Amino acid sequence: MNSMAPSGAPRAPKIVARNVTKTYPTLAGSITALDDFSLDVAEGEFVCIVGPSGCGKSTFLRMLAGLEEISSGTIEIRPGSDPGKPLNSVVFQEYAIFPWKSVIENVAFGLRMRGIGHRERHETARYWLDRVGLGKFADYYPHQISGGMKQRVSIIRALANDPEVLLMDEPLGALDAQTRVVLQEELLRIWEETRKTVVYITHSLDEAVLLGDRVILMSAQPGRRLATFEIDLPRPRSIDAMNTPRFAEYRAGIWDQLSSEVIRAMELQQ
Amino acid sequence: MTEVAAKPVPVSTEPVPRSASQAADRRAILILAAAIVALNAVLAFVGLWIPFAWLAILASFVLVVMICERLGRMVPLRRRTAYERALAFGFPALVLLLWQFSAQMGLINPTWFPPPTRILAGLWDMTVRYDKFSQTSLIGRPWLIPEYFGRDGLAGVWTLLSESHVLATISRVMIGFVLGSIPGILLGVVMGVNQTVRLMLDTTLSAIYVLPKIAIFPIVMLIFADPFGEGPKILVVALAVFILMTINTMAGVRGIDRVYLMAGRNYGANGWQMMRHVIVPGAMPVIFAGLRIALGTAMIVIISVEFLRAKQGVGFITFYYWEVLNPEKMYAGLLVVMMLGVVLTYLLQWLQRRMMPWQR
Ligand SMILES: Nc1ncnc2c1ncn2[C@@H]1O[C@H](COP(=O)(O)OP(=O)(O)OP(=O)(O)O)[C@@H](O)[C@H]1O
Ligand SMILES: [Mg+2]
Repeated sequence: MNSMAPSGAPRAPKIVARNVTKTYPTLAGSITALDDFSLDVAEGEFVCIVGPSGCGKSTFLRMLAGLEEISSGTIEIRPGSDPGKPLNSVVFQEYAIFPWKSVIENVAFGLRMRGIGHRERHETARYWLDRVGLGKFADYYPHQISGGMKQRVSIIRALANDPEVLLMDEPLGALDAQTRVVLQEELLRIWEETRKTVVYITHSLDEAVLLGDRVILMSAQPGRRLATFEIDLPRPRSIDAMNTPRFAEYRAGIWDQLSSEVIRAMELQQ
Repeated sequence: MTEVAAKPVPVSTEPVPRSASQAADRRAILILAAAIVALNAVLAFVGLWIPFAWLAILASFVLVVMICERLGRMVPLRRRTAYERALAFGFPALVLLLWQFSAQMGLINPTWFPPPTRILAGLWDMTVRYDKFSQTSLIGRPWLIPEYFGRDGLAGVWTLLSESHVLATISRVMIGFVLGSIPGILLGVVMGVNQTVRLMLDTTLSAIYVLPKIAIFPIVMLIFADPFGEGPKILVVALAVFILMTINTMAGVRGIDRVYLMAGRNYGANGWQMMRHVIVPGAMPVIFAGLRIALGTAMIVIISVEFLRAKQGVGFITFYYWEVLNPEKMYAGLLVVMMLGVVLTYLLQWLQRRMMPWQR
């Protein structure tokens, strides 16, 4: 499967995942969470993954990040020219911001681990906090802020770390519809500025079409690659793109295939 | 917008049903109070109070609870804290009062249950007394510090402090506690992180954990050149705390949500950073819960050891006054033990607030 950039010019792949399979051993026998999954992501590409709940999206992302053993297959993230840059940073579905660190310490965490000095890392963290409207909450502890705020902290913890590849697992999942739209725009803007390679998991088709260069649709358990949709909307995009007929077409096309898969997934779980 | 929607709904400002229920509560309180008096008076009058004492006490207690619940409903919100404090301190005060009363009336044997006033008098007597034979006093006669300091300098103060039973017990507990908890926490973290070490040690530790520490005291004594000195006493305390803290810390480390470990790793923490920024703070709530239990265990161990073999210490005097049949002072000794427990627990809570600022 050869991935093409929306412009049509082939770019060097940043992430190469080949025939990745994941089986979990359980007491009731082994579960195949992900089956023969291959994906190439080009440098600077924004790839969205959608699929029914439990199809192995988070599992795949954790394997990309090297946080989970691969049962078979290979995954490679090509390092960039700057060896000081971290290879990947994950925005976890469960936020996973540390309850024992203040908001600003959480955001500066990756920088601190890399030995960047107090002043510099706090400056960077402040910049990102201000950008997502959390400047006033820098010294709060996570239990003192709302779920949506925690999610934002988790997103900017990854952004502040400035990695080669961003791996985001439903980063806007816990947000209300209004904040979600605002942050989608913000994410678009940030991505236009940085042009990072992004793998982005979401349940929202609107979000997938709005943000992604490509949308990968996964099948219900075991997760396989069901279809790929090239989203050929012009960049830079804004939230207004959602009102165009092209957008609606893409959305309907994906939903057509996803809905039958979701029903199949629900039948599987019974 | 229609007219119907704009029409304001009338809101009554007068909490009518509330005051009605308050009147009912007030009546109920009077009735319940009367019931307590009547119940006990009737039983006493027909001479059945003593054989049915436990029943009478239980019934009275239930009635008091019912009264207090109704009182609690009548307390306005801004007086709530005061009310709660009154309950927390008032009830023990009531119990003490009843104890005093029944001891004086001869309802309970004052030889074994001396009235609280006599216990307090005993405590006062112990505090001011200096035992010339054993060269000890309860708290080391701090009022003599200026005089001794003037005469012998710091050495004089030291003489005073070292005659104190309370200080002897506190220092044994604190030294043992620190010597046991720090290695315990370290080993617990290692066992929580490393499966091999855990498999090798877990069974052994569980076996030692259930062993009463006082049972290994004789062995511990043999290890030391001076079996009657401070060494063995501190070591048993340390051992008890060590085992408990190892097991507890291990559980705390194992209980850390996997996603925090993944986040730590993903954001580049190396082994040491992982310890400092993820594992230790993640296990901290369980570690402090363990320290709290360990403090109780340390008190139990030191008091038993002092019962068994010591020439000084709160446990020693408590046991001593039991041997010489002076129950007032024996109770006073127990009182000191309890006060020590409260003070040490407060210290621990202070430390916890310092070390875990993220928990309110
Ligand atoms: N540690 C584990 N042990 C056994 N099975 C697991 C484990 N982790 C995940 N699974 C299984 O793997 C499958 C995929 O899980 P995963 O979390 O990747 O789903 P997902 O696509 O992210 O779902 P969602 O959209 O709800 O987040 C699920 O069926 C789950 O039960
Ligand atoms: Mg998931």
